Amino acid sequence: MENMIEVQNLHKEFKTFSSRSGVKGAFRDLFTRNYKIKTAVNNISFSVKKGEMMAYIGENGAGKSTTIKMLTGILTPTAGNVKVNGFHPQKEREKFVRSIGVVFGQRSQLWWDIAVQESFRLLKKVYQVSDKQYEEHMGYIIKTLDLEPLLDQPVRKLSLGQRMRCELAAALIHNPPLLFLDEPTIGLDVLVKLKIREFLKELNQRYGTTILLTTHDISDIEALCDRVVMLDEGKIIYDGKLEELKGQWGEEKEIQFQFIKNVEQQDLTELVGRTDVKWKKDEGENIWTVSLPNDETTISMIIAKVVQSHPVKDMKMLEISTEEIIRNIYQEGMSNG
Amino acid sequence: MGKYLEIIRIRFLMMLAYRTNYYTGIVIYTINIGAYFFLWKAIYGSQGSIQGVTVTQMTTYVAIAWMARAFYFNNLDREIAEEIREGKVAIELIRPYNYLLTKVMQGLGEGIFRFFFFSIPGFIIVAFIFQLKVSFNLTTWGLFLLASIFSFAINTQLNILTGLMAFFLHDNMGFIQAKRVIIDLFSGLTIPITFFPIWAQDVMKYLPFQGISYIPSMIFAEGIKGDSLLNALLFQVVWVILLCIPITVIWYKAKKQLVVQGG
Repeated sequence: MENMIEVQNLHKEFKTFSSRSGVKGAFRDLFTRNYKIKTAVNNISFSVKKGEMMAYIGENGAGKSTTIKMLTGILTPTAGNVKVNGFHPQKEREKFVRSIGVVFGQRSQLWWDIAVQESFRLLKKVYQVSDKQYEEHMGYIIKTLDLEPLLDQPVRKLSLGQRMRCELAAALIHNPPLLFLDEPTIGLDVLVKLKIREFLKELNQRYGTTILLTTHDISDIEALCDRVVMLDEGKIIYDGKLEELKGQWGEEKEIQFQFIKNVEQQDLTELVGRTDVKWKKDEGENIWTVSLPNDETTISMIIAKVVQSHPVKDMKMLEISTEEIIRNIYQEGMSNG
Repeated sequence: MGKYLEIIRIRFLMMLAYRTNYYTGIVIYTINIGAYFFLWKAIYGSQGSIQGVTVTQMTTYVAIAWMARAFYFNNLDREIAEEIREGKVAIELIRPYNYLLTKVMQGLGEGIFRFFFFSIPGFIIVAFIFQLKVSFNLTTWGLFLLASIFSFAINTQLNILTGLMAFFLHDNMGFIQAKRVIIDLFSGLTIPITFFPIWAQDVMKYLPFQGISYIPSMIFAEGIKGDSLLNALLFQVVWVILLCIPITVIWYKAKKQLVVQGG
């Protein structure tokens, strides 16, 4: 399949000045300033196929937004090549932006003081969408996102969830083949999140829209994306399937047992007699948690042995959530994995 | 072109959304015109004319200068600076239009709104209260309108330049304030340029400011005629063209080193 986005050795540096401390320092800052070069995106390369839904994740300040801004033509890269939808974003900006839709979760692109439909009307003119196309495409979007009752409201009167749905519709007015979403679900409640996710999935199926999104909400990725690119300090530290990331990192499983009678640590350790199986007393009456390697034979072996020798009241498998995996990666770095 | 017309329309709607601003604006302008009217009356005293300008010409000049200001005045400098400071330019850059041209159109939308709902009714009221000498010569009106369009262009260009400074200065509010005072003074809004000392008048010849207020108002008050009128219009056109140069250069540089503030 064709590539929608091609990024080669993309690099971005910012020049920031550091203020000196104190009054004396402030006076000196008036005349000369100390500059610091900060690398936001460090020599990254990746590509995205047509119709793919890709998540771009990383801590705050990892360089996600900077990358998106370079891909959308807002920022000029310090070095490297970017080709999006066959265009060079910075060089052919006006032509290029017609082929993309962008939603910045933290920034509104609707006009604050006028009714939503007026914003839509202006965008329709700006993107030169014909009436027929608008009726057809926007009719569908307005219906799916349930925007009908909001159309005559000024944007400032909308709730965040309502506004976000309108933002999404506004970004899609010209039915772009490529959609960038920078934290689209930030601050939204579960219902709106679900609605937006469902809508994005439908959009992807219906029009084959390529979607690139950044998020801090792992459930967004689980629901939408097959592929994850993880960024840390401007470098790509993981690029692949979410499932594999889980497999690579979710190596350990935990099982929690609640026994009927009191059990000693020694009994449990001797029962299995392996060093990679560790028992830990948990809070609550006779509750123990065992952490063990995530493979089927070990798991069934241990369950069988435990149940045979100690009567069990309750048992729970604790799977490590993606969120925990990602937290671990952020904390420990990919190299330890 | 359709999209830019739509932008004018939207700005028109936004002005209507803030009607209170509109009403207070009328009051402020009337007070200003009134204050200058009585000030000039006092200065003239029993003298028939100063520097060849009669008291009626003078008061007409003041009234028309303020009414013209309603058309050419806009807050684009502040808006652009704010959009840069808050990082909203990012949004503007993902749209398939020219950001600066869009800004000009927004200013024009604002100007047209004020012209119809503010200048014209305001001027009729003021003309009755202060007994102005209003010309009914259609050519004068036509030339005045033409000069006003150029004055809008010059003022807007200067606003854009000051606004874009935010790219490099990050906080340019002081700069914007200073520019506003300079334009009100040097454009001839508060005092006609002919009342300036000779050396200052000579300096003004090389600056664009008199193209903003002095020239259109003088045309309306029929203070400039014939050849000097043509020269005055030419002066405006030359400045409109000249000011395009620094704007293009700064905008090009600004886009290159754009830092979107606030993530």
